[in-house]
Amino acid sequence: MSDQEYNPKSKFGKWFNDRLPLLTLANHLTDYPTPKNLNYWWTFGGILTFCLITQIVTGLVLAMHYIAHADMAFDSVEHIMRDVNYGWLIRYIHANGASMFFLAVYIHIFRSLFYGSYKAPREIIWIIGIVIYLLMMAAAFMGYVLPWGQMSFWGATVITNLFSAIPLVGEGIVTWLWGGYSVDNPTLTRFFTLHYLIPFLILGLVVLHIWALHVPGNNNPIGIDIRKPSKDTVPFHPYIVIKDGFALLMFMIVFAFFVFYTPNILGHADNYIEADPLVTPAHIVPEWYLLPFYAILRSVPDKLLGVVAMLSAIFILAALPWLDTSKIRSAVFRPLYRQFYWILVADVLILGYVGAMPAEGLYLLIARVATAYYFLHFLVILPVLGFKEKTLPIPLSITEPIMSGSPNLATAKNKESSNI
Amino acid sequence: MKNFYTILFLLSLIFGFQLNTNAAEKVEYLKTDWSFKGLFGKFDRSALQRGYQVYTEVCSSCHSMKYLSYRNLAEKGGPEFTESQAKAIAASFEVKDGPNEDGDMFTRPGKLSDKFVMPYENVKAAQAANGGAYPPDMSVLVKARGGGVDYIYSLLQGYEDPPVGITLDEGVYYNKYMYGNKIKMANQLSDGLVEYADGTNATVEQMSKDVTTFLMWAAEPHLESRHQMGFKAIVYLIILTILVYFSMKRIWSRIETKV
Amino acid sequence: MSEKKTNRRDFLFTATYAVGAVGVGATIWPMIDQMNPDASVKALASTEVDVSNVNPGKTITVLWRGKPVFIRRRTQNEIEEAKSVKLEDLKHPEKDEDRAKNPEWLVMLGVCTHLGCVPLDQKGDYNGWFCPCHGSHYDTSGRIRKGPAPTNMEIPKYEFVDVNTIKIG
Repeated sequence: MSDQEYNPKSKFGKWFNDRLPLLTLANHLTDYPTPKNLNYWWTFGGILTFCLITQIVTGLVLAMHYIAHADMAFDSVEHIMRDVNYGWLIRYIHANGASMFFLAVYIHIFRSLFYGSYKAPREIIWIIGIVIYLLMMAAAFMGYVLPWGQMSFWGATVITNLFSAIPLVGEGIVTWLWGGYSVDNPTLTRFFTLHYLIPFLILGLVVLHIWALHVPGNNNPIGIDIRKPSKDTVPFHPYIVIKDGFALLMFMIVFAFFVFYTPNILGHADNYIEADPLVTPAHIVPEWYLLPFYAILRSVPDKLLGVVAMLSAIFILAALPWLDTSKIRSAVFRPLYRQFYWILVADVLILGYVGAMPAEGLYLLIARVATAYYFLHFLVILPVLGFKEKTLPIPLSITEPIMSGSPNLATAKNKESSNI
Repeated sequence: MKNFYTILFLLSLIFGFQLNTNAAEKVEYLKTDWSFKGLFGKFDRSALQRGYQVYTEVCSSCHSMKYLSYRNLAEKGGPEFTESQAKAIAASFEVKDGPNEDGDMFTRPGKLSDKFVMPYENVKAAQAANGGAYPPDMSVLVKARGGGVDYIYSLLQGYEDPPVGITLDEGVYYNKYMYGNKIKMANQLSDGLVEYADGTNATVEQMSKDVTTFLMWAAEPHLESRHQMGFKAIVYLIILTILVYFSMKRIWSRIETKV
Repeated sequence: MSEKKTNRRDFLFTATYAVGAVGVGATIWPMIDQMNPDASVKALASTEVDVSNVNPGKTITVLWRGKPVFIRRRTQNEIEEAKSVKLEDLKHPEKDEDRAKNPEWLVMLGVCTHLGCVPLDQKGDYNGWFCPCHGSHYDTSGRIRKGPAPTNMEIPKYEFVDVNTIKIG
């Protein structure tokens, strides 16, 4: 990289930079050569950073007023909603922010799947991303427990009970997690501690995620390696910054609509009933972003195997760079993969849908088929496709996208026009 | 731009599923026009004041409202009683306080800073007095029921004779809108039950609407400022988005010729 | 022609920055304001105290806004002592009449103006209060006479609701 050559102009800048090269870093970040054909799907990295910062800031503020005690948690949340200055606003941003965070992360993941961003040399970026996603799920789950409503309590009971599926030590682990013989005050306080800790772990991993990204540079919609800097790239600032900013604002409009006009629609009414260990709500449903995995869990009739299936559904993603045997990154040049990709998207949406429905009759059947297909996609279709698929010719660079006589002229043109 | 439509489409798909699942209960609720719905929704002050009257005279003998204080009655965006009215309301309740220097508990007239007086000492006492069923606290009741205001509004008017073939135990009543149709609260409202201070005709429908409006405010006291702030925030975001859009166009035009 | 274009661009960017800055400001304010006293704290701003049992020469301490308030029923000696002090002898000149409207009753915030400790009653060189933390001496009117405290002890807003009841705040 050309960063080493950066020389601060001022004398003090040079003195400082020799000791702590912050200016070199800033210079690297502004000049960072970025493919000029990145489309709007690539703006979700920036949007996710915004989501994380928003959650951390509003979370810190809420923690100043929240009381992590089984007798007082629900009351303190109502205190925030009623009496704390702007407390209602901050809490609604935090609660809906979790949903927006997951919405963005799903788009980010599916963008990566479409354009093959997980493939060499970006495997480490991808795996760090999966770890971040796991931590997000843990943080979201524990955060949902904190208001100590009925869904908090019973969600915590159900999820922690998953560990009891582990043979021999399972029951012991669950008791250890609870700090008692049921979900109670000790559980709440430790969940609060971890909920406070995890976002900072995520923040650290995000730094690694970006660091790892800046080594090979961004993938791009046509998935080819590009020379950088070259006429295929633009400096990150101002080109990508302003584009990310524009997309972020669009995202914030949607976000604001939820916060100000339908702040409770993504939550569950039962969570406004204080936790009662004697009464289970009629339908226990996790938050929407966990529904696909919940559907996989319920589609397996065996307790242990259900948990195994659910966890495998997540961990299988970490093996994706090696399961996908195709040399071509972008689905733009993989006509068959492109179709399977959309089937997978539909499959996950269906899983989400049946996850919210009662696990019986037709729903259960659909859930089983969709679960089977999910694993089929990653374990069979992707490896085989890499050998069998006849891919389209790929261009040599972004600025000269078409090899002479290439049949995918139309495709390449379309892709071009979708950049600003 | 095409991508945005795709994003919007996926968004609506995902949230569409969510909405479906929330509306899982299939009963058609009674409909009425709520003044607090919509982008600029506000509470109807007189409905809130009447609703408070219904709550105090009818509901409060069994249902607590532990998160509300008498000062809330005078706050902006609520029933907006005058400060002196709210003080008088507070003073009309006996509040338990103490201990005093002798270590005894004593009662005194309520102050603005006091919470609404509870009808029962604790949940067990409430259950004992109501045949084992705990009359739920009403502070956030509207938000704690899937159907929200429409559900409460319908429930209050949903008492019927049970259909043939359904037998009810002692102290259990039939309600068209209740989950499972069996409710332990008897029908409370009848025409002319309260005498409204503002002369409004106290029909069952009117009282249901008023008290439901009051409960909505109780559950969401900052609803009005939320709507106002939301409108400003979204208008602001749209303006900034437009500005950023044109700035972006301009910045990218520097290289567009080469694309 | 090209100059005009530059101007317009500058205006566009300036406007974008300015509007963006307004939004950032508006977003930061709620995060700051949430730390101010909330609605339930503000509602507790006043307290009524029954003083019918306080005899001359006695002090009671009540809690108001989380701080101690001294209510002292002063003896005739103390009142005279407080009134006889010359204003020029005082570090923070205030007349006793201004501090105790009803000379029999001294109502003041029992917080040393140095660094916030609670002074001890009937101690110190001036028969008033003495702060053990850093040695500030107050007289029978709660005025600073010796030591590091810069000002007299503060008099809160209060009124007699009736002969036996004081409302603080």
